[in-house]
Amino acid sequence: MTSIWPLVEPLLARVAKPARYIGCEDGAPNPIHSPDKVAWLFIYPDTYEIGLPNQGLQILTEIVNERPDAVAERTYAPWTDLEAEMRAAGVPLFSLDTHRPAGEFDIMGFNLSAELTYTNLLNCIDLAGVPVRSAERVLTDPIIAVGGHCTFNPEPIADFVDIVVLGDGEEVIGEITEVVGEWKRAGCADRLSVLRALAGVDGVYVPALYEAAYTPEGLLSGTHPTDPAAPATVQKRTIADLGEWPYPREQLVPLTEVVHDRLNVEVFRGCTRGCRFCQAGMITRPVRERPADQVRTMVVEGLRRTGYDEVALTSLSTADFSGIGDVVREIVEDPGNCGQVSVSLPSLRVDAFTVGIAAEIQKARRTGLTFAPEAGTWRMRQVINKLISEEDLYAAVESAFSQGWRRMKLYFLIGLPTETDEDTLGIIELARRCVEIGKKHHSSASITVSVGGFVPKPHTPFQWFGQNTSTELQRKVNLLRDAARRHRGVDLKWHDPNATLVEGIMSRGDRRIGRVIEEAWRAGGTFQEWSECFRLDVWLDAMATAGIEVDDVVYRHRTEHEALPWDHLSAGLHRDFLWQDWRDALAEVGLPDCRWTPCYDCGACTGYSIEHVVASATPPAGGSQGTGQDLANGVSVPVVLLPRSPAGVT
Amino acid sequence: MRVRVKHNANGKIRFLSHRDTAGVWERVIRRAKLPIAYTEGFHTRPKLHFGLALSVGHESDAEYLDIDLRETMPLDGLAELLSDLMPPGLDICEVGEVLDRSGSLQQMVDSVVWECVVPTGADGITDRLGEILASETHPIDVIRKSKPTSIDLRPVISSVESHRDSSDELTLLVELLTSGRSVRPAEFLTALEADVPLVRVRRRHQFIASDHGPLTPMHPDVLAPLARSGVG
Repeated sequence: MTSIWPLVEPLLARVAKPARYIGCEDGAPNPIHSPDKVAWLFIYPDTYEIGLPNQGLQILTEIVNERPDAVAERTYAPWTDLEAEMRAAGVPLFSLDTHRPAGEFDIMGFNLSAELTYTNLLNCIDLAGVPVRSAERVLTDPIIAVGGHCTFNPEPIADFVDIVVLGDGEEVIGEITEVVGEWKRAGCADRLSVLRALAGVDGVYVPALYEAAYTPEGLLSGTHPTDPAAPATVQKRTIADLGEWPYPREQLVPLTEVVHDRLNVEVFRGCTRGCRFCQAGMITRPVRERPADQVRTMVVEGLRRTGYDEVALTSLSTADFSGIGDVVREIVEDPGNCGQVSVSLPSLRVDAFTVGIAAEIQKARRTGLTFAPEAGTWRMRQVINKLISEEDLYAAVESAFSQGWRRMKLYFLIGLPTETDEDTLGIIELARRCVEIGKKHHSSASITVSVGGFVPKPHTPFQWFGQNTSTELQRKVNLLRDAARRHRGVDLKWHDPNATLVEGIMSRGDRRIGRVIEEAWRAGGTFQEWSECFRLDVWLDAMATAGIEVDDVVYRHRTEHEALPWDHLSAGLHRDFLWQDWRDALAEVGLPDCRWTPCYDCGACTGYSIEHVVASATPPAGGSQGTGQDLANGVSVPVVLLPRSPAGVT
Repeated sequence: MRVRVKHNANGKIRFLSHRDTAGVWERVIRRAKLPIAYTEGFHTRPKLHFGLALSVGHESDAEYLDIDLRETMPLDGLAELLSDLMPPGLDICEVGEVLDRSGSLQQMVDSVVWECVVPTGADGITDRLGEILASETHPIDVIRKSKPTSIDLRPVISSVESHRDSSDELTLLVELLTSGRSVRPAEFLTALEADVPLVRVRRRHQFIASDHGPLTPMHPDVLAPLARSGVG
């Protein structure tokens, strides 16, 4: 296996942004390959700009390269111009670190964070010179592995992948490496034997060892193992203590422009706010905080090593990190900083306390502030369990405008369960009142309202809900657009309802959707996350060819006992917990955050004998969001709280 | 204190853009903990002054930039320190203190010598070059500020040498003037009807014209012309 850089180099002179394909980043691995080592190629199936910052792949690359028995490199999807040059010149997909052909690695491991990248997954496999269907692969082909949030329903891609990894990858990556290493050392007998061995690793799902059955009416009746090596249910993996995994130790520093071009330090994993639409919050439970000391060390050393002047403290809701205020102050005021260091907190909580922190740390660069109330009325927010009171929102907005911000962005979902036009229009009403508050401080105050169509996700209480049609979503967008026009200072942006439809096809589709994805890929439907490349016709044609109705897959409400395509895969959550939470949603009943209240046994902790790891048993001061408590004084929560009591009712 | 740095750009990193390279410099200077000066104002920037931009895909033996420091510091070991922090292919060749801060690198440089290696099978190129050099004017169509325009290539070509090596590759060593309306090496090669993406282009020198002939930006007389007038 040798470098094909001499073949790649002449192509780069003909394509846009060739720096995306050279590697050479600070922190990039330079592994020594040898036949007895297991060689991983980690791939993010979208552009370099989107894929390089992905922390999951960086963590796994480092962990593998620390092993004596394995090496890891990485790559990303080449943009369409380079792909055309590669196909014309017969150059295969290559790794960025040593520019080796992808097909010569033992395992190609993809991160799947968005359903619309599935056609890119197929394209990357094909560009590597590997058959896209797992059944057609031979002994010399790499094992195609996938991980990431989308893999909690991998059925639409079941025919294309060899192994699916559920949950946190830090531990399981080593176990997979050992199984594959043993198989290699034994002479790579046959492909089935290694797949069967991998099916024995906790958290690993081998789709080829399962069969989906259907009712005479064409509904899925279940997905069952066909091989004794395959467990009836595959459980996700969860690392108990984030503090044991201070990765990435050497974050990649790209030489060219990428999104999130800054130091990233993950401060906790998991979220139990319990927002019912949020798949990430459901499948990554429980909350596991990184010790504050380790956060500080990772920040200080990371800044020193990378030369960045910005650090993001990442998580699903960073303002919830115990003692967040002190941590960010210490970072900003560290005497070792070379020049000004700014801290960014993605996913701000909506309250004045959070804005106070933001004001303190963004003294120099007051960029934008973004909040996610998600729904326009209190009723709707109870349905989705995003219990932000209007008082919290207006206090946050008032606080921000009074401290110098002139523009804010608010995120909302449309097409939520039980949504009425009053709820939809409530979005503009909220925004209008926020602008009104802003005008007291600045005549140019404005609010950008960003709306996305809701796609029900597996392993959430909304997994039974029939998605709004694209026509209905467009009607709601039009309602919002007309209403926003009447208010100066309210700017509306929206996600294409057709892209929402296609995401819905893959979010809850079963194995039969594989044919649709393959057809769409063959028709040239790559880079579907990019609006300039998105093509609805390709998908509708593919659905027609496969004889599948959009209505059945996307728009139909599921019934309580209906088999779901992901029933044989578990994120720990009990099905009856999810069903009860769905009923509570319809009854407009909220559920408190179990991090600071007694356990209601969703299954994520109890099933795996793990617990929350939080430094403070006290919820953060200054907001009622999600806790159902009056936290204005920052008092601790009463010890006894009835599970399932209505929360935050005003 | 202003420090002038000369560096090269070889291999894979020739695909970095000028803007990418600027970003790399900002981070490397913070990592090296140089006492860099920052611009005043709300949004402060480190004071880095880059020379003529190098087009994506070209290599170079002679890139220059000036770095303003808040305080003076010894320059011994600085080139090695910075080279160690740079990506592979970018090495610092020389550093010097700029005593005369009146001129900017972009304005001072009058000509650039480019080495263009044209692969085999480029037979017509020397003929077309001869025609251009024999002509009074040779207008070419170029894009400037997103608009098509015409530039006379002939007066921009200061000198050209060409030779063919044993592998039949044609090497052109061309000096193009940069004061006034300048022409990029790719545009020069297009005028020769070369297959531009296949040509390896390398910036060999940057020169400043003077009474004593061309000087590099690192020449003592350029760094400290006042000292020179004292001697002369």
